[in-house]
Amino acid sequence: MTAELGDILEHIEAIQALDLDGVEPTSHVAPLENVLRPDEPRESWERERMLEGAPDASHEGFRVPSPGR
Amino acid sequence: MSADLLELTAAQAAGRVHAGELSPAELFETYRERAASEDLGAFLWVAEEAPETLAGAPLGGVPLAVKDLFCVEGVPTAAASRILEGHRPAYTATSVAKLAQAGAPMLGKTNMDEFAMGSSNENSGFGPVKNPWDRERVPGGSSGGSAAAVAAGLAPWAIGTDTGGSIRQPASLCGIVGLKPTYGAVSRYGMIAFASSLDQAGPLTRDVTDAALLFGHMVGRDPCDSTSLDFPGELGEPSAERLDGIRFGVPANLTGDGVEPGVQQVFESALATIEELGGEVQQIELPNANHGLSAYYLLAPAEASANLARYDGVRFGMRSGNGDLLSMYEDTRGDGFGDEVKRRIMLGTYALSSGYYDALYGKAQRVRTKIAEDFREAFDRVDVIVTPTSPSVAFRLGERTGDPYAMYLSDYFTVPMSLAGIPALSLPGGLSEGLPVGVQLAGPAFSEGRLLDVGHALEHAVGFDGSAARG
Repeated sequence: MTAELGDILEHIEAIQALDLDGVEPTSHVAPLENVLRPDEPRESWERERMLEGAPDASHEGFRVPSPGR
Repeated sequence: MSADLLELTAAQAAGRVHAGELSPAELFETYRERAASEDLGAFLWVAEEAPETLAGAPLGGVPLAVKDLFCVEGVPTAAASRILEGHRPAYTATSVAKLAQAGAPMLGKTNMDEFAMGSSNENSGFGPVKNPWDRERVPGGSSGGSAAAVAAGLAPWAIGTDTGGSIRQPASLCGIVGLKPTYGAVSRYGMIAFASSLDQAGPLTRDVTDAALLFGHMVGRDPCDSTSLDFPGELGEPSAERLDGIRFGVPANLTGDGVEPGVQQVFESALATIEELGGEVQQIELPNANHGLSAYYLLAPAEASANLARYDGVRFGMRSGNGDLLSMYEDTRGDGFGDEVKRRIMLGTYALSSGYYDALYGKAQRVRTKIAEDFREAFDRVDVIVTPTSPSVAFRLGERTGDPYAMYLSDYFTVPMSLAGIPALSLPGGLSEGLPVGVQLAGPAFSEGRLLDVGHALEHAVGFDGSAARG
């Protein structure tokens, strides 16, 4: 894994050498800025349904091991 | 009867249903039996019975293969990852719901590279997929199961997703049509996220007409995906037979040394066909596109590293560990993710880490800006950009698994369009050594209608015969 990551980085790090000062970064290409919607209440998912797929559901939540052990 | 059915395209099958000559139940059962007994590894789950089809629905009840990346309520959905094995989502992806509503009920879930990370389908947590043209070879990826299923006649049509080429490259390697839409054209709601600024759903079909029909029912703004947009204009049935007056650009510096001679030959014959049909072919420059691969393999892993943080053994999927919290996190992710997914999470967190953020992630975002500008400038001069879809034909299973960077090179021609968010269509251009070679057509944002029309004309002139793969 280490050798493979090194090999990949060796190739892709080449872009560090490009002179791109003054170029704006792009994080997103859709021609959209803030997309707003009316703040209207709507139904939430049922708690039981959301807990169905959990590895360990307990009463009304997801149970996880204690960090103290 | 069933052999005859297999020779129908999806649009033809829908036409027969509308004419009252074919029952949707018979059509579904024919494909269901094929999908349930296939031995390519293309399906991870197959429906047990035909769902009720809405009478008169435009897509006629023609069954649809769905990549395992799409959530479907109550149906196993794992993105081909062991970490989500047995997961049954509480809701259905918008595009799957829209297509079912339009009369394309789900036939089954198709195999893929885990979390859509790969170009050969060998990264699936549930085994590879064989290419129906040659079972010793890969179908491409990440939508390899969808592509193989359509090519082999296990499904009339399919949907997949494309982040850096994951619809187009397997379509190319399996000799079928694949469309990566404009970013935002199709809702991403219910698609398990890989790289959110790049992921798009699209059709994988036997021909261009089927792709247009399916795509036309996938588009539209969805309140559940705030990056989705209404598709401007109409999407009709593609009908062009000529290409008169259409300007085609071949990027001079995006040809690379790595293109196989047989692929280059098919590509050049496609260019000659375009000219015979009246199209004008000229060379163009995309000066930064050859850095697309580097930018992509920083940006996509960076986004993936954030998106995949949710798989931690708490809310869904599997849990490992020795009963303490830290080992739950570590062992769940250690046991559940495959090597390529781990590699990309590490690449992504590295690119986002303090000290490398500007030099790697920031630089890649700037390369993305330059590539989008390159395309905008090119589209002032030409209408369509044409390249090979993949530098090679389908490679042998195992050939590139030990060399991840060689695998990444499969995406050389497809990532620039993904970074720019523009649509691109791959269609078969011919065979090289008995294996399919795809030609990629790209256009400005929301030019899918024109790309499909151009594809239609080219497809008719090329006359590609995919029946060999349907056995």
